[in-house]
This record gives sequence, structure tokens and C-alpha cells, in this order.
Amino acid sequence: MTWLRLAVANLGLSPLTSAVNVLLMALGTASIVLLLLAGSQLSETMSRDARGIDLVLGPTGSPVQLVLSAVYHADVPPGNIRLEEAERWADDPRVGTAIPLSLGDSYRGYRIVGTTAEYAELYGAGLATGRFWDGALEAVVGSAVAQSAGLSLGSSFAGVHGLEEGGHSHESHPYRVVGVLEPTGTVVDRLILTSLESVWDLHAHETSHAHEHEDEAGGDHADEHGHVYGHEHGHEHDDGHDHAHERDEHDHDHENSHDHAHQHDEHDHDHENGHDHAHERDEHDHDHEHGHDDAREHDRHDHNHKHVAEHDQPDPDREITAMLIRYSSPMAAMTMPREVNAAGALQAAAPAMEVSRILQLVGIGLDGLSAFSWVLILTAALSVFAALYGSLRARRGDLAILRCLGATRWELLIALLLEGLLLSVLGVALGFLTGHGAMELLGGWLESTRGVALTGWTWIPAQTLLLFSLFGVGAVAAAIPAVQAYRTDVARTLAEG
Amino acid sequence: MSDSVMPAVDVTDLSFSYGDNTVVSMERCRLDRGRSMAVIGPSGCGKTTFLHLLAGLIRPATGAIRILGQDLTQLRGAALDRFRGRNIGLVFQRFHLLPALNVRENVLLAQRLGGGRIDAARVATLLEQLDLGGLEQHKPSMLSQGQAQRVAITRALVHGPQLIMADEPTSALDDRHAEQALALLQASAQTVGAALLVVTHDQRVRGCLDGEFEMQVPA
Repeated sequence: MTWLRLAVANLGLSPLTSAVNVLLMALGTASIVLLLLAGSQLSETMSRDARGIDLVLGPTGSPVQLVLSAVYHADVPPGNIRLEEAERWADDPRVGTAIPLSLGDSYRGYRIVGTTAEYAELYGAGLATGRFWDGALEAVVGSAVAQSAGLSLGSSFAGVHGLEEGGHSHESHPYRVVGVLEPTGTVVDRLILTSLESVWDLHAHETSHAHEHEDEAGGDHADEHGHVYGHEHGHEHDDGHDHAHERDEHDHDHENSHDHAHQHDEHDHDHENGHDHAHERDEHDHDHEHGHDDAREHDRHDHNHKHVAEHDQPDPDREITAMLIRYSSPMAAMTMPREVNAAGALQAAAPAMEVSRILQLVGIGLDGLSAFSWVLILTAALSVFAALYGSLRARRGDLAILRCLGATRWELLIALLLEGLLLSVLGVALGFLTGHGAMELLGGWLESTRGVALTGWTWIPAQTLLLFSLFGVGAVAAAIPAVQAYRTDVARTLAEG
Repeated sequence: MSDSVMPAVDVTDLSFSYGDNTVVSMERCRLDRGRSMAVIGPSGCGKTTFLHLLAGLIRPATGAIRILGQDLTQLRGAALDRFRGRNIGLVFQRFHLLPALNVRENVLLAQRLGGGRIDAARVATLLEQLDLGGLEQHKPSMLSQGQAQRVAITRALVHGPQLIMADEPTSALDDRHAEQALALLQASAQTVGAALLVVTHDQRVRGCLDGEFEMQVPA
């Protein structure tokens, strides 16, 4: 206690120097703590969000973008894929679970995801209240969405075209909240889930709306809102200024996949008769007669019947944004991604691989910042060293008198080490507080602006190591002055006065 | 011979040199307990070095130094430091109060290092006796030279050492304070039955003490 008291008193002798040393140490420590916390939580969050997803099927392009958009909902999707293409792979025996995703709209910056209930299951997100969707335009919202957008059971909201705020609003077709998910700490918390059909329907409407707008103003909604269904829009723009033409185009799409001759008939029909409710119904009946034997196809046609009858609406192409795959056996990882990519129509991206690639890139940045922080710490250590070493000459007399009073050499060594240690402990304590506080503030800001939930009130094992190595830094900085103190020549110092 | 009759200082055939230069050389010097002695001699005769030898701060080239019956040459390292702290009170030409600690803490530190037992009442009494009563919380930088001198003396006495040694304790003091300081050193030494050894060239000191030991510049 004597020596600690003496160390404190000695540091108090030059308060400014001591304060600067503590602050330098705190600054370096805070930056390292902040980087450690951010880095570890980021990678933890990323791997948690990707857990259970072995493969993402999407359009060809950047695999990182595909994973970022389909798994983390942090990027715009690279485009759409045909459901049929994806389902061909989903039927593969190597696939255990396949979950389709259809993106395109959002509400207050939260993405509306057309999918199946399996998607919520993937993240273990049970319902806090309500139920999963049953009919059209029913939505289940994540816990964070419910909280920050003020949505609860029974409330309705209009999706906005595009993934950012401020797009064209689907006000005439609001969603109704039928369920709220439990918080999971994953990406699902920040999503609005609905059925694939709801998204498709809304976009079918959107197509007609867009048309009306185009007719009126000649504007191009597809470009304006970066809509992922832009492909569709583009065609409309090119080919059609009226509903009949649009139908032509869609029929052409069908033609590719189904029945050439039949569609041509239809085409002719359209041209002759223009758009006519009754006729369109006929046409769909036609389709049925000519037998698309896929059950899903039938469902969809039924659905569209209703639609067309109500809204004079064309039949949109069945597209999804991505499909999340979980293998039935880990062995699939050896063959399946390569096969999908070789087939050409789709791209397969493994989140685990892309995550490590992203983290590697982020890691380079973090490493750079962390190196800079260590430079700060080194500066602090040098400053502590300079302060102690500099004061040593002035304090030689003190050290000599301590020996005369009965202190041993080792006690003098410890006294000096204690001073260095005390500075670093104070600096490290302040740095940890600042680092955690800053992380919490930053976390709050990131959560409100980027939807990434990070917290400062956590402790990761690496910090314990950091704590002791930083104490060590203080001790090392004091080591040379401490050895000098140990070696003090008492008699000579006293004789010199 | 029991401890109490052992001389406080008993030096035989002592020599000390820096390199080839012999600084201290004497056949015998002895100081009994309860007695006081002035060590005098011209500048350069090695008075301060002699005091350092007696305090165990340096080791002699030859000879034996017995302090309170303990041969200092037999003690090393921490044991020597502890022996010094417990049994010897040193007062220096410069006062060497620790600037970071206040008056009271300076004195308490000596008590702790000198025996480990804290006796705050004794510290208060001693400070009072030396007219330092109101200065307990003062830092050394706020003290006058005379006050600092008295604090240094208090610090040397506080743990009740059996041998008190002072190096030019009066050189910085005017006549009145020199007399006071000397009287205090003597009185304190007598109270605890300690021996007092004062190294000085101050003529005012000669004759105030029980005896004198005159050192010569070595040939």
C-alpha cells in the first residue's frame, strides 16, 4: 500500500504529463476495443444470418452481391430468375430445403420478402402473435419492423416500390399484418414476410399502374425506381402502349416455354379483337384446355383468372429473386454449386464462402485501423517511458533517501513499475469504457440507419487478452526506468547532494 | 556481551578507496550507546564517506564495521536495507524530503519502512515538539529551509533507531536554529538511549557533544 500511495503521489506531482499519458493510452485502447467489438459482432451477425443456408441460387453475376442481397438484405438483388429454373434444382435429391425469395418492395426501408413460412423457420423465428399468411396481401413482420415502424396485428401498410424509401407507393393495395415474429437477433427481425403470390400480384398490378402512368406521362417507372422487375417493364416500354400489346409480349414469353402454335393463335386473336374481358377469359380457358400439366402452373392460372377478371390484368412472368438452398447431405457441397454454375442459367453462391470473402475484405480495413491503434498505444508507451525516465534524474535523491529509510532495491523497482502500470491501468480502464460506450452509440446509429444491430455491452474473449497485454505495455514502458531505480548508487547520489 | 552493552559503533582497521585513491583509513573508532560524538576534519578527509560506510551504503575495502553488535559486512541486499531502516536514523545535508508526500506522510513512510508499525500518535507528538504542528498537510515545497530540516530530523527519529547519524545538519541553519536542531538531535537520542554521531565542519557543533573524533586526510 505504501508503494501504491507513493506511486499515486508521484504521478500527481506532474498532473499534466500523467493526464496526457493516460489519455494517449485511453485513445489507443478505445480504438482497439471498438475495432474488436465491431469486427467480432459483424462476423458473428453475418454467420448467424447465413446459418442454415448452404447455397443461394440467383441470376449470374457477382456472387457477393447475390449473397448480400438474398441472405443479408444489404444490397440490391442482381436480378430475377425464373421460378421453374430454380425449382428444377430444388427438386434435386441433394437439396433438403429450398426457399424461394421474391424481393422488390419495401416499407419504411424494411424489405418486403415474398417467400414461404419456411424462411422464418430457417431463423427459428416463431410467431409472437398472430399467424402466418393465408391469403393475398397478408404480411408477417419481424420484431424490429413491428417496433420501429409501429406495426402490430391488424395494422395495414402500403409497400413502396423499390428497396429504398421514397419510391412509388402501392397505396391501392395495402398489406395487412396478420402476424408478428419473435425477436431472433437475425436479419428476419428487420424483414416483412409475405407470400410469393402477394408480391407477384402486386407487381402484376404495378405493371398495369405503370402502364397507366406511361400512357399519361410517358415516364419510365422501371428506371425511376430501380425495380427488380424492370425487365418486364422494359419490354412493355419497347413494345406496348396498350394492354393488347402487353399481352402480346407476355404471350411471347409463354411461347418460349410452352406452346408455340397455340400462342400464335392467341396473338392473332388479340390483334383482331383488341382487349376484351370476355376474350381474355377465353384465352385462359384455352390455356387450360391445352393442358399445362404442372400443378403449380394450374394454381397460378386460377389465381390469374381471378385477377384478370377483376382488374383486366395480364399474367406476369413467374420470377423470383433468389432461392435459398439447404443441402440434404453435406456431400452436396462438393458437386452441386459447380453443376449449377456449369448449367449456365443460374448462379450458385455459397454464403459461407462469400461471407469469408467479405470478412477478408473488411478484415483488411479493420487490420489497417487496428495497426493504427497499436501505433497510438506504442506512442502512449513511449510517452510513459519518457515521463518516467525523465523524472528519474530529478528523483534520484528521493530514491536514495528511500534506501536510507530501509527500502530495498526491489522495492524501488516495484515503485517505478507501479507508476507505469498505474498509468496504463487508468488509460486502459478509460479506453475500455470509451470503446464500449462508442460501440454502443455507433451500434444505435447503425441500427437506425443500416439495420445492423451491434451493441457495446458485450465482452469478447479477445478483450481479456487485450486487457493484460495493455497492462504489460505499461509495465514494459516502465521497465527501463525501474531498472535504473534498482541500480541507484545511494552513496554517490547522497554525496553529490 | 549482551546487546545493550555493545557499542553503537565499533570500527577497526577500516579502509575505503576509490580505485587507487584511499579515501578513508582509520585504526579504530568507537561510540557507545547514549553518547554523542562529532566527527570533524578538513574538507576531503572522507567524513561523508565514513558516514556512508557506517550506514552500510558502501562496503569497506578492509576492516570491520560493527553497528549495535552487528557486523555490517555480514549483511547483504535486502537484509542490510532492513537493518539500516530499523536501526539507523539518517539526517542529511540536503533534506531529501519526498516532494510528492506531505509532511505527515514523509514521516509515516520512515516509520513504516523502519519497522512496519505505524504510530500516528508518536508522529503527531514529535511534529508538535518540533513546532511543526500545523504543517502536517503541507508539501515540502511549501516549507522554509528550517522547517524542512526539522521534518527531516523528525523523520530520522520517528521509528526509534538506536543510532542516529547526521551529515552537516546545521550547515544551512542560522545560529539559533543550529542550536535548536542540535539540541533536538541530542534530546531525541537521549530519550531513546540512542547514540548520536554528527559529521560536521561547523565550529558551533564542537563542544556541544560528548566527544570528538578527528579525521585526517589519508596520506
